[in-house]
Amino acid sequence: MAGTSEPNATVARVDVALQGIEHAWLATRDGLATLSVAVAQLGAALAALKGAGFESATLVTAVDRLPRAPRFELVHQLHSLAHGARVRVKCTLAEGQEAPTCTHLWPGAAFMERECFDLFGIVFAGHAGLKRLLMPEGYEHHPLRKDFPHHGIEPDRLYREWDQQRRADWHPEGAR
Amino acid sequence: MSSPLRPVEEARDDGFFATRLDALVNWGRKNSLWPMPLGLSCCGIELMAMIGPKFDIARFGAEAARFSPRQCDLLVVAGTLTWKMARACRLVYDQMPEPKWVIAMGVCSSSGGMYDSYAVVQGVDSILPVDVYVPGCPPRPDAVIDAILKLQKKIERERPTARLLAGPDEVDVRGSGRLAYQPNEGVRRGVNDLHPHDPRKARPG
Repeated sequence: MAGTSEPNATVARVDVALQGIEHAWLATRDGLATLSVAVAQLGAALAALKGAGFESATLVTAVDRLPRAPRFELVHQLHSLAHGARVRVKCTLAEGQEAPTCTHLWPGAAFMERECFDLFGIVFAGHAGLKRLLMPEGYEHHPLRKDFPHHGIEPDRLYREWDQQRRADWHPEGAR
Repeated sequence: MSSPLRPVEEARDDGFFATRLDALVNWGRKNSLWPMPLGLSCCGIELMAMIGPKFDIARFGAEAARFSPRQCDLLVVAGTLTWKMARACRLVYDQMPEPKWVIAMGVCSSSGGMYDSYAVVQGVDSILPVDVYVPGCPPRPDAVIDAILKLQKKIERERPTARLLAGPDEVDVRGSGRLAYQPNEGVRRGVNDLHPHDPRKARPG
């Protein structure tokens, strides 16, 4: 990639930034510098990376690795325009386990965390206004989970309830 | 000005023609369809092309697209209808005054299309009565013009005056052979759904 730091330079810069925070570098197929941290240290690691010049969070998402024991893998991808460097931070997350929000560091991540909550059901502690983004309010499931059936669970339930209410409003006597 | 209803002997010298009231009303309705463009995805682009000068549905009297459902009588569901959008789509249909017709444009609105998924309504006929289905992904504007011509033929066969002579529930206005169009269990078409402010509903007794 033109205009970007060597991966080794990125690794060295991140290693300096994350002094005192336990992290492990992972091998990836796409060549992006990827490290994993524990959930307990995710907030501190992200804050340290923000301080080290990674001024934008380009992606906050998750992967459901269902047969694996902590099933979720939370992924933050950060970009530093100043250094021309990108880094990917992964951390594993069990079902029901909360992740720290990073909206105080990157306000733009709020939508991505909402999407992540909507589709995977991952709760970000400290997120102001964590509600569904894509699926309608009142929807009960998290569609990108691996155990969610492709055709959904009663996909028309919310519409049917609304439709019954609509007809009840129009015909209070219940004739139709 | 004198009344238009005069004895034939008086009007003979002015020239006149006789027709059925049904035919006259249907002629007026079918040549002045006002489409409600519910463009939900890429079909909406083809719909715009159809209204524009190159394909020009003004040739068939249907160019007056209005973005208020209260001024329209032809709902064109153009694109993928999700369950989240389904309520809005049904509301738009409810707000359109009778008589009204529906074109399901494209495979998504006809059957769900390639979106065989939890988020997409598998055909708008699960929430609305559809008059004409247009296949294609998206269909060419000519295909939708063909649907409008087919709909015009369908309107020609309707019996609008029958409702003047009997109550709305007793008459098969659409000529479809059924009293109430019910595409799916639990979904009613608009003819029998009276609005709270409908005068027929306020009638005592």
